[in-house]
Amino acid sequence: MTVVVEPTLAGTPGDGSPGAPWREFAAGPWQDGIDVRDFIQLNHTPYEGDGSFLSGPTDRTTALWSKLTAMFPAERDRGVYDVDPSTPSTITSHAPGYIDRDHELIVGLQTDAPLKRAIMPNGGWRMVEDALLTYGYHPDPQVKKIFTEYRKTHNQGVFDVYPPDVRAARRSHVITGLPDAYGRGRIIGDYRRVALYGVDALIAAKKLDRAELDAHRSTAEIIRDREENTDQISALTDLKEMAAGYGFDISGPAATAQEAIQWLYFAYLAAVKDQNGAAMSLGRTSTFLDIYLQRDLLSGLITETDAQELVDDLVIKLRIVRFLRTPEYDALFSGDPTWVTETIGGMAEDGRTLVTRNSFRMLQTLYNLGPAPEPNLTILWSDRLPTEFKRFCARVSIDTSAIQYESDELIRTNWGDDAAIACCVSAMRVGKQMQFFGARVNLAKVLLYAINGGKDENTGQQVAPVSPAVTGDVLDYADVSAKFDTLLDWLAQTYVDALNCVHYMHDKYSYERLEMALHDQQILRTMACGIAGLSVVADSLSAIRYGTVHPVRDDAGLVTDYLVDGEYPIYGNDDDRVDDIAVDIVKSFMTKIRRQPTYRDAVHTQSVLTITSNVVYGKATGNTPDGRRAGEPFAPGANPMNGRDTHGMLASALSVAKLPYDEAQDGISLTATVVPSGLGHLPAEQADNLVGLLDAYVVSRGFHMNINVLNRETLQDAMIHPELYPQLTIRVSGYAVNFVRLTREQQLDVLSRTFHSHV
Amino acid sequence: MHTINLETPTIGRHPDPIRTARLEAIRDGQLGSVHSWELVTAVDGPGTRLTIFLSGCTLRCQYCHNPDTWKLPDGIPTTLREVTDRIDRYAKVLTSAHGGVTLSGGEPLVQPAFAAAIFRHCRRAGLHTALDTSGFLGDRATDAMLDDVDLVLLDVKSGLPETYLRVTGRELAPTLAFGRRLAERGAEIWVRFVLVPGLTDAVDNVDAVADYVASLQGLGAGGAVTRVEVLPFHQMGQSKWAAIGVVYPLADTDPPTDELIDRVCSQFRERGLMVY
Repeated sequence: MTVVVEPTLAGTPGDGSPGAPWREFAAGPWQDGIDVRDFIQLNHTPYEGDGSFLSGPTDRTTALWSKLTAMFPAERDRGVYDVDPSTPSTITSHAPGYIDRDHELIVGLQTDAPLKRAIMPNGGWRMVEDALLTYGYHPDPQVKKIFTEYRKTHNQGVFDVYPPDVRAARRSHVITGLPDAYGRGRIIGDYRRVALYGVDALIAAKKLDRAELDAHRSTAEIIRDREENTDQISALTDLKEMAAGYGFDISGPAATAQEAIQWLYFAYLAAVKDQNGAAMSLGRTSTFLDIYLQRDLLSGLITETDAQELVDDLVIKLRIVRFLRTPEYDALFSGDPTWVTETIGGMAEDGRTLVTRNSFRMLQTLYNLGPAPEPNLTILWSDRLPTEFKRFCARVSIDTSAIQYESDELIRTNWGDDAAIACCVSAMRVGKQMQFFGARVNLAKVLLYAINGGKDENTGQQVAPVSPAVTGDVLDYADVSAKFDTLLDWLAQTYVDALNCVHYMHDKYSYERLEMALHDQQILRTMACGIAGLSVVADSLSAIRYGTVHPVRDDAGLVTDYLVDGEYPIYGNDDDRVDDIAVDIVKSFMTKIRRQPTYRDAVHTQSVLTITSNVVYGKATGNTPDGRRAGEPFAPGANPMNGRDTHGMLASALSVAKLPYDEAQDGISLTATVVPSGLGHLPAEQADNLVGLLDAYVVSRGFHMNINVLNRETLQDAMIHPELYPQLTIRVSGYAVNFVRLTREQQLDVLSRTFHSHV
Repeated sequence: MHTINLETPTIGRHPDPIRTARLEAIRDGQLGSVHSWELVTAVDGPGTRLTIFLSGCTLRCQYCHNPDTWKLPDGIPTTLREVTDRIDRYAKVLTSAHGGVTLSGGEPLVQPAFAAAIFRHCRRAGLHTALDTSGFLGDRATDAMLDDVDLVLLDVKSGLPETYLRVTGRELAPTLAFGRRLAERGAEIWVRFVLVPGLTDAVDNVDAVADYVASLQGLGAGGAVTRVEVLPFHQMGQSKWAAIGVVYPLADTDPPTDELIDRVCSQFRERGLMVY
């Protein structure tokens, strides 16, 4: 792609004249084509120092944030603060909105007022209607008519094409949470491109892509590409118009740090006005923005306090991204999450660190504004990161429990050094890769189906194809494993079938035109499958293999319970006998997934991640052979079952680290909770010990770790007095939530998790 | 957990060759009795550590939170090789986590040859080592073994002989002697004192501990004790007493109040000691 950047009033972007947007930047290939990574590599200033340069919040910042926090209690009580029920959201649908117009440094809201949510009916009308009715709003009859009579939605499209197998598996909760009734998300627009090049250059580049597409014969694929290209260009045009509404011309590159943050935020804002995606991640912006902040700091245009204020203001905006969703959706993904994931830190391929001062500033917002789940701040951790940055991160974890860690080593070697996390644990090259989000399948339930010949353990209905049920008084490992393996073949086929239907229709009826406009024309697509209940299945198979498991049958001969005798190794204690079972399940299911054809030839991946749905999955699953009772939550993500990891936090983590990332390239999630005293006596000692744990986990090829540093008593008190803990943030699988916004069931689940301390 | 009696009785006058071989292995430090292991952070020495709990203890502390480690034969017979394999498995992560290996128990010095062999292995592997001991069996620690120990976590359970006897059922003197020996050798020591209301909290008892610890600072090169940890009594070991069917003498004892903890810490602090 070639960038055509028009000369501006201040001269061409690249000249050295004062005010030229690219003044003082090191020249390179990034000037000849869209290549943000190259720009960063040539211009960023690695920072090895500590956080002592940081500034606290200004009075202006505090006042602005207070305006919003005063609105949060009402929002929490009612579920929403306000909704515009009659204007379907587009990039340009709503008039400019402000929190406090005269005191905002970075502007732009999704609607004309803060916390007012918009409807996005392209995904499906019924969800919009249900949500509106839930919160006491009347659906607009005209809008309803449009999206039910004239205009087909993504949701309608999917249900037009689902085969019966998929419907049955979906109904019985074997396959759950599919993005067939909500936006798939997990696409990261490269919002930095707007700041670096300006919109006109991006449009010009897209037009060149189009010229090339026009040179091809009009096959179905080429026609689709051309249509998408046209949609992308119109989205970019809308983006300019939206910014103009706020008084900004973003057709050219940003010339200052404030402009760079504003341009980048406008691009992101357009994305969240265009799409109600399950995860609307920001990307990897901190170090990119540092280049602008550093230039303005050195030239005396801004002070450190100004720089922090700009970052604080951006984060305030990111904290109030809102979507209108149904209560069922919230039960699956609690706490109103938006997954505005920002990826921080990591090392460059040439060995320099990508940590900059702005990596610190982004984390500092957790102090300046108080802890919060969004943006979902994610550290790419390497044992080679600068020591002071590692300590600072650890301190932030101990103080706020609001950040998560992913292995920079695994991500860089798989996806390069300009990859970002979408949602929780999905790494992708920014602007060069997207995923088809696939939610997950319930492996524990499938194990029960294997035992019962394909029948559901709760209803007795035949969901999977008829197969011989287990016979006899004792479960035999070879027999159950073989039956499970056969059912996994059926599951893989049914699952990928479902995902192909979902994503075909999502592209067709709810295409992410602005996000995709900020991607290259040629991109890598992944089909991101997922599994839940891994630890339940591993422990169950271990019990069958090393202990003695007697099935208990009901009158109809259905196995509904299990009696377990004898000792058996348990996942989460670094015991290879059972950990290898977990590894085999991951490998085996991935192999089966890879055999399925995918929509748009997407590359197959899978995740071991549940977010908070471990509660919902557990609820739908009967008694399991590991002794888990019917309805009891699964462990989150790849975690060992609560309380069964008895050899310490690191041993537990090392079991998880054995799951091979190559076979789960959409991420493997571990959530660890430790009481503060479990890390040491003194603050410095606590931070150093947490650094040591993270280093140890990453050198052991562990992929992801959420760290909560909390006392159980704090959580118990927060359940009784939620009003005293409006900002109490905890990490669940892959993201953070306000603890007080979880359902009671989810709160109890969090409390039942293993708190690592010494006894 | 399955248990095998290490002291299988012999039948008749003929020595049982298996038993003889086993006793030889124990003497050589090739075989030991292990209760359990854990990877722990910030409790049994610096960083994240592999703590191996050896079975067997000659004290019967009223507040013991691991009474299931008292009896040597209740542990799992474990070869040195099994232990060193586990240490090697974790060598890399323990180094990354700025930790090492701690032998705890029970009382590791109940099995001195086994403990010495484990420490020798750690030293060769370049791992930091810690010995968690009451010091009562300090005589069993050879100088060669102590050369392989970087840190001793010395549990001084009381400062007054009569209180020590009441708490542990044993004499105080061996612990005091062992501490002095360590200090003279220049070993790093973390002193631990478990604070139990109504049992160890008397002012004169704490003063006696603190005086003793302060006196260690003047021995050898000086400053051997780099920290004192006052460990508040807790009730989390109660279920283990029930499990082994022994009456728990402190069933009705409450954890110390913050005020009491502050008072005791300041008794140590007044003597210039680093207290946590």
